[in-house]
Amino acid sequence: MSDQAAARPTSLLNRGDHTARRHAAEARFRACGLGAILIGLAALAMLLTSVLGSGLGAFRQTYIHLPIHLDAAALDKSGDRDPEVLKKVTTIGYRKVIDAALVEAVAQAGIVIPGLTEDDSAGIISREAPAQVRDMALSDPDLIGETIQVRILADGRIDGYLKGRVSAESAARDSNVSLAQLQLADAMVERGLLSLDFNAAFLTAPDASDQRPEAAGLGVAILGSAYMMLIVLALALPIGVAASIYLEEFAPKNRLTDLIEVNVANLAAVPSIVFGILGLAIFINFAGLPQSAPVVGGLVLTLMTLPTIIIATRASLKAVPPSIREAALGLGASRMQAVFHHVLPLAAPGILTGAILGLAQALGETAPLLLIGMVAFVREYPGAPPEGFFDPASALPVQIFNWTQRADPAFVERASGAIIVLLAFLLVMNAAAILLRRRFERRW
Amino acid sequence: MKDTLTETPAAADTAKIATRDLQVHYGDTHALRDVDVDIPDRTVTALIGPSGCGKSTFLRCLNRMNDTIPAARVTGEIRIDGEDIHDPRIDPVQLRAKVGMVFQKPNPFPKSIRDNVAYGPRIHGLTRTRAELDEVVEKSLRRAALWDEVKDRLDALATGLSGGQQQRLCIARTIATSPEILLMDEPCSALDPIATAQIEELIDDLRSRFAVVIVTHSMQQAARVSQRTAFFHLGRMVEYGDTGALFTNPADPRTESYITGRIG
Repeated sequence: MSDQAAARPTSLLNRGDHTARRHAAEARFRACGLGAILIGLAALAMLLTSVLGSGLGAFRQTYIHLPIHLDAAALDKSGDRDPEVLKKVTTIGYRKVIDAALVEAVAQAGIVIPGLTEDDSAGIISREAPAQVRDMALSDPDLIGETIQVRILADGRIDGYLKGRVSAESAARDSNVSLAQLQLADAMVERGLLSLDFNAAFLTAPDASDQRPEAAGLGVAILGSAYMMLIVLALALPIGVAASIYLEEFAPKNRLTDLIEVNVANLAAVPSIVFGILGLAIFINFAGLPQSAPVVGGLVLTLMTLPTIIIATRASLKAVPPSIREAALGLGASRMQAVFHHVLPLAAPGILTGAILGLAQALGETAPLLLIGMVAFVREYPGAPPEGFFDPASALPVQIFNWTQRADPAFVERASGAIIVLLAFLLVMNAAAILLRRRFERRW
Repeated sequence: MKDTLTETPAAADTAKIATRDLQVHYGDTHALRDVDVDIPDRTVTALIGPSGCGKSTFLRCLNRMNDTIPAARVTGEIRIDGEDIHDPRIDPVQLRAKVGMVFQKPNPFPKSIRDNVAYGPRIHGLTRTRAELDEVVEKSLRRAALWDEVKDRLDALATGLSGGQQQRLCIARTIATSPEILLMDEPCSALDPIATAQIEELIDDLRSRFAVVIVTHSMQQAARVSQRTAFFHLGRMVEYGDTGALFTNPADPRTESYITGRIG
């Protein structure tokens, strides 16, 4: 006692050694916490700048604006505009028409580039452009014979030049694009024949081959991801919530339910690729479901999401005070009435949050989808549900993975753009979780 | 299972609640031993005793709330109106509608005041029309002496009421299912003296219609509100008799020690 009394300063105005040490410890701890948060924020800022910096370009695309005369002599020799006959003209036929139109438009605009061959000027048109024009002509055969003003894709290198990815120096180093082509592009921009416009096709178009990054879009991937999310929501939410309610409110507490609880927690930690192998073995090899189909992806992601939903649901059911259950039971409510009238509504915000976070996790999952063949190159849109669930499709994260593997640097921009789209979807889902939680909480 | 008609003990004929050789185990703990008691109708019966003596356990046996605790095991016989409540033909849900319970901590549902009171009648299908339901709500709230305070805000959240009001709401909610027996587990332990006085007055009033069994830690409260008192100690019912006699002239030395403050 006497030691303590000696250590304590006589006046409250003097800080003792002990107090000073405590304050120093607290200050150190606060500094550590602040530092951790700053590091996290810096990492986030770096991620966003890098993704936005390289990905925003994907939402703008270089287009060539041309009047094209769809020559009836070349495109419809029979002259009766029979759709079956028109289909026999391949994109090669249209290619010639477009090339000719470009040469003419360039000449009309008075652009003279020394050393520019006709092949060079044709080279600034995307390989996808003939298909665009052919689709137009096939959907409206009356256009043949007319001169129409079209907006066609420019080649990826020219697009890169307008976005600053390709320069005269880099063009000199490789043979992908010639200096004359770049000069032509400059002249066309000046005369309004070439411009950077908003690229809606990035969100709607299907994937494109290695040679035409300018045409690649996320349409199939977004549709495939949406189908899978529908399946996950329709299966994982009811199964997960029902399982949690049974385990938490009705099941006897014994060794078996303890074992189940531990294993559900373990399942949540199983690497997702393992679920992919499981899906491959069960859904494709055993059940004979088609490869690359959203239904298989949805089922695999359901298995992966179930533990997350079950854990979140059980936690929010546990958080409902037992006095509410007692009150309901004491009034003569049955177990089920007590759960469905009182416990479940109180747990609903937590359940919804868990479900949406589980969905968001499933939306970004890549590894299991690779194993069930969703990595395939898919250009056909899947059909409308429910048949469409069995058509081949891609998925957003897989599409990103796919694009990062391609050689052309234009795909790097596409991949970053796809990451932005994925992040936007995740943000929307999280915002929905917050809104729903607020809304439900207000009701009580 | 004994035949309910032929072997009813004589005393149970007049008693609302009769227990014989009642034992309760929670896992390995023997929480209640050999309780034989006859509780008359239209009387307030107080259960007193030190903490952990089994009085709440006894109360929870009477509407089979112990069924909801997995580790609890109840043996022996409990008869209400001569019917064995552990008979397999008896549904605990129906039993709990007949034997209402008010808990220690006010536990209104986080819904409107009206919904709280209307919940019991709704799930038991006691009313057919909205008007009938409104009538039951008003009657129950009036009987619980809460009507005047909440009549203008029946759609307000019940959780926004004060503690005493919440407890009276819980009583109103229990009354609304028209029980015959009212079990109260320390209903005033979380309340201030004014709210306590209101509830005690209410209990006295409820006696004209129900058999009330109340667990209390306050001997003054037991003396004020009850006609019969049972003293529990270490899982046994030590003494049971008229409240006046038990407090002034206890038969058992343990009862005397407790009410004079030497044990407990």
